[in-house]
Amino acid sequence: MNLAYRDIRHNLGRFLLTCMGLGLLLSVVLAMIGIYRGLVVDALTIARAPAVDLWVVEANTRGPFAEASRIPGDIREAVARIADVTAAGSITYQTVETEYQGGKLRLYVIGYELTRPGGPPEIVEGRDIARSHYEMVADRSTGLTLGERVQLGRNTFTVVGLTRHQVNSGGDPAIYITLPDAQKLQFDLAPPAARVQLARGSGGASLDTVNAVVARLHPNASPDATAETIQRWKHLAAITQEAQEVILSRSLVDRARRQIGLFTSLLLAVSAVIIALIIFTMTMEKLKQIATLKLIGASDRTIVGMIVQQALALGLIGFAIGAAIIVNIKDYFPRRVILEPDNVAVLGLIVIAVCLLASGLGVRAALRVDPATALGG
Amino acid sequence: MTGSDSAIPLVRLNGISKHFGEGETRVDALREVSLEVFPRQVVALLGPSGSGKTTLLNVIGCILDPSAGSMELDGELVLHDARWQRGDLRRLRLDKIGFIFQYHNLLPFLDATDNVAVVLQLAGVDIAAARKRAVELLDYLEVGHRKSAMPSKLSGGEAQRVAIARALANSPRIILADEPTAALDSRRAGIVMDLLRKLAVERDAAIIAVTHDEKIFDRFDRIFRLRDGRLE
Repeated sequence: MNLAYRDIRHNLGRFLLTCMGLGLLLSVVLAMIGIYRGLVVDALTIARAPAVDLWVVEANTRGPFAEASRIPGDIREAVARIADVTAAGSITYQTVETEYQGGKLRLYVIGYELTRPGGPPEIVEGRDIARSHYEMVADRSTGLTLGERVQLGRNTFTVVGLTRHQVNSGGDPAIYITLPDAQKLQFDLAPPAARVQLARGSGGASLDTVNAVVARLHPNASPDATAETIQRWKHLAAITQEAQEVILSRSLVDRARRQIGLFTSLLLAVSAVIIALIIFTMTMEKLKQIATLKLIGASDRTIVGMIVQQALALGLIGFAIGAAIIVNIKDYFPRRVILEPDNVAVLGLIVIAVCLLASGLGVRAALRVDPATALGG
Repeated sequence: MTGSDSAIPLVRLNGISKHFGEGETRVDALREVSLEVFPRQVVALLGPSGSGKTTLLNVIGCILDPSAGSMELDGELVLHDARWQRGDLRRLRLDKIGFIFQYHNLLPFLDATDNVAVVLQLAGVDIAAARKRAVELLDYLEVGHRKSAMPSKLSGGEAQRVAIARALANSPRIILADEPTAALDSRRAGIVMDLLRKLAVERDAAIIAVTHDEKIFDRFDRIFRLRDGRLE
């Protein structure tokens, strides 16, 4: 007969409640790991969306995400003519707030050229933008639905398609509109402001300004070499996709990433201590029974097996409950929670290791128990 | 005295001493205790608190190392000049000694049958055979009808009978009992003592009990009185 199993079965309610408590704690750890991963992935999402090899931005900047960048729209034609460039597209980014269902809706607006790189990576519902003006593709997390009309600046846009998981590093959901609409939204002044500018003699500035030009290269081309070519034009900087991702993950979300990372580590340490205390207390409560078992002839191996099996059962069931909880509620978090199998597996291994370590403390106490204790005198 | 005819004692102690601490803190719990207990004898260890009864029981039960002396159990020299002659005292206990506790000490997570069977399983008997033997023992002790009950559902007398069945599981010839009737009323205490006597006779065993229970003194074949670690 398995003593560990029989003991658990005897106190099943209490054991399951302990597992549930541990599960809730581990679900918080898993949530933090998921939030951490989500933060990193979200930060890279927008940069990865155009699926390009090169970002051409304003000289001496690390734009368009980490720093502001403005370059003339016709740069795209110059970039497109460079050897090894297969496609290039102008792109703008800006954050706007609009009224939606009586509240504020914060949106990350991406302007792109319809037939060039820079548009939504996939349409999960509806269609891509087909008209030159006043249509948009919105991320599902905006809450917008197909056919809805949203006021942006002085114009009203209709939602014609939905995409998913397109948010910026701050978690604001993205919408895609055509480049001319985006340029007008970003650079066109309201009539009173325009009149003031005109009166000051600085009115007729070109709207054809973009934040970046993105470029795809031949598969065998070297992004670094092409970037070097572009940087010979003194008014431009070129950043490879790899470098852009480094800027986003190391620079833009670095503090938030480290903050969450540190908190997760702290939470993991607290969980380890709590697991250790639970298992140690479970063992200490059974010292009299362990002394009796020793007196009637149980070997150390039998006693160690009982404690370790219970510790592992507690850890694994608690972990399974925690994982089940977080898998079922992760979509309700305001920001993305990404649980990757390797992260979950690593936490599972950590829980097992903590359980074994914690049971070691219990085992040590159990092996020190004098069988004479059972005789009560 | 029923066992006085048997020539070979089941328990023979020769000059057993045990002290705790050294120097000014030294306490002599046992001083050159020698005694013999024969098969079919039910003997009592009596004495005031601190007289060394439990220490002596622990030495006979091979769970406490004495400071001096020798001991034979069931004809085997297990202790010579305060040195155990077997490396594995757990196995020695499993083979030769059964324990009965003051408060039965049944494992709360096993039913009556498995509380008995667990001893057999620890000795290497397969679980089916262990359970069969356990049920036989419970029937023998007239508590077979409670074989599936958990300890918390047993009365004091029933629990003590199950504990006795557990002590008998490996057919030991030496049974050590620590205040076996302390938790029972007079009637149940009498029943348990009758049962222990029956076991001693039918199984050719020796029973050594520590007790303060005056109402059962007349049930023992022999009484060893301890005072300050010495036999009177």
